[in-house]
Amino acid sequence: MRYAMAIDTKKCVGCSDCVVACQTENNVPIGYCRDWVVEVTAGKYPNLEIELRSERCNHCDNSPCVRCCPTGASHYEEGGIVTVNHYECIGCNACIESCPYDARYSHPDGYVDKCTFCIHRVEKGQNPACVSVCPTNCMYFGDLDDPLSEVSQVMKNRKWKVLAPEAGTNPNVYYLI
Amino acid sequence: MKEELLVSGRQNLNIDPVLHIWHWQIPLYLFLGGLAAGVLFFAALYTIQGKEKQYPTAVKIAPIIAPFALVFGLLALFLDLKHQLYFWQLYTTVRLDSPMSWGAWTLMAITPLSFIWSAVYIKEIFPNWDWKFSFLNTFEAWCRKNIKIFAWIIIILAIILGVYTGILLSAFNARPLWNTSILGPLFLVSGLSTGAASIMWISKDSAERRVFSKIDLILIGIELFFIVHLLMGFMASSKVQIEAAELFLGGEFTVPFWIFVIGLGLVVPAILESLELMGKHIPINIPAILIIVGGLIFRFIMVEAGQVTRYLY
Repeated sequence: MRYAMAIDTKKCVGCSDCVVACQTENNVPIGYCRDWVVEVTAGKYPNLEIELRSERCNHCDNSPCVRCCPTGASHYEEGGIVTVNHYECIGCNACIESCPYDARYSHPDGYVDKCTFCIHRVEKGQNPACVSVCPTNCMYFGDLDDPLSEVSQVMKNRKWKVLAPEAGTNPNVYYLI
Repeated sequence: MKEELLVSGRQNLNIDPVLHIWHWQIPLYLFLGGLAAGVLFFAALYTIQGKEKQYPTAVKIAPIIAPFALVFGLLALFLDLKHQLYFWQLYTTVRLDSPMSWGAWTLMAITPLSFIWSAVYIKEIFPNWDWKFSFLNTFEAWCRKNIKIFAWIIIILAIILGVYTGILLSAFNARPLWNTSILGPLFLVSGLSTGAASIMWISKDSAERRVFSKIDLILIGIELFFIVHLLMGFMASSKVQIEAAELFLGGEFTVPFWIFVIGLGLVVPAILESLELMGKHIPINIPAILIIVGGLIFRFIMVEAGQVTRYLY
């Protein structure tokens, strides 16, 4: 089992519904976010191109945060989901320094927090909150090891990219381009 | 020309707009750890070589710095933790992948040993010292008899501690400025250099001072070589690492780096020490203080600048 997310940058309208859904579902403290929308404008006027990306923890196969964690608080769950055990986290913030995506933050309660792919929902067979609320249905979540899953299918038929592949992390959030 | 304009909705505290999650505690600890490693390294080295009489300051007096440096360093590390009540979780596991884990274990071992070492020689500093309890006298005598064994353990741990202060940073591939294996040896040499400078500063024996002046000169040479190597390596590497080097070659850290670290921290003390060795009279505390302060500023700049470098935006 290998959980992954594919996000269609051509369908995303940048409404930030995923951000609000995540904050509500996961009780994210005010002023923080576990996922966020990035708008990249490239080119030279008048030939401009906009890409909208809903970004979050990439749940990398080779996670530097898990490697750098001195207590084992950051760890892989079944299916490759990377989570932080709050009761083992000492708040040294080494994982924040180690993340090329800056996807983690120091929770006001002291421990380090980040996207969990809504593991509490996934375990019940539901989609992560961001995926389930997306009004354009531009996000796909599922098991990459299952060739028939929606995420496998959509990645087979489309061109995709990952963020900062040169960082060597083997991320599991894919952007359809 | 292709231009890119990026707008991000993320505004997490200490993460955006520029990562600044580690503050003064970490560079201060890296400095104190390196200093303790340097002082203990020389004490152990000359004990193993049986040169206690030749270098009394290095073996008996200067190591008193180490327990203070380590305790204040550990205190700084503790202050840096955001989930402090859970700090003991560090000592429930050994994770070889994580430099911070084996660094924590190294500190756990070397800190009590530094106390024992200072206790063995405390009567050299305070001649009227009295342990009050006879078992402490027995313990001191036993330690003194086995001091060579202690020295072997300490010299190994001191090298690990010195290297660890650099590897702690170099393990983070997300920060291109830190992500180079030369940082371990560089921080070790810098730590040894601040240790040698402290011994030179404290020593009242002119022959011992000359020796440590020479050692320091060699260490400064190696350090300069490593720094040139570091920048050359970055310039020949990927885009993110070229940008990291440019922080010091025209970017925002150019002035503090070249003036305080290279100039006042390495080149000026090297010139002063050379003049001293050639027979000119130079107050020894000037190069010593310059080296120690230079080492401290070097770590502050490396930690600050490293957090500016990144892969994405």
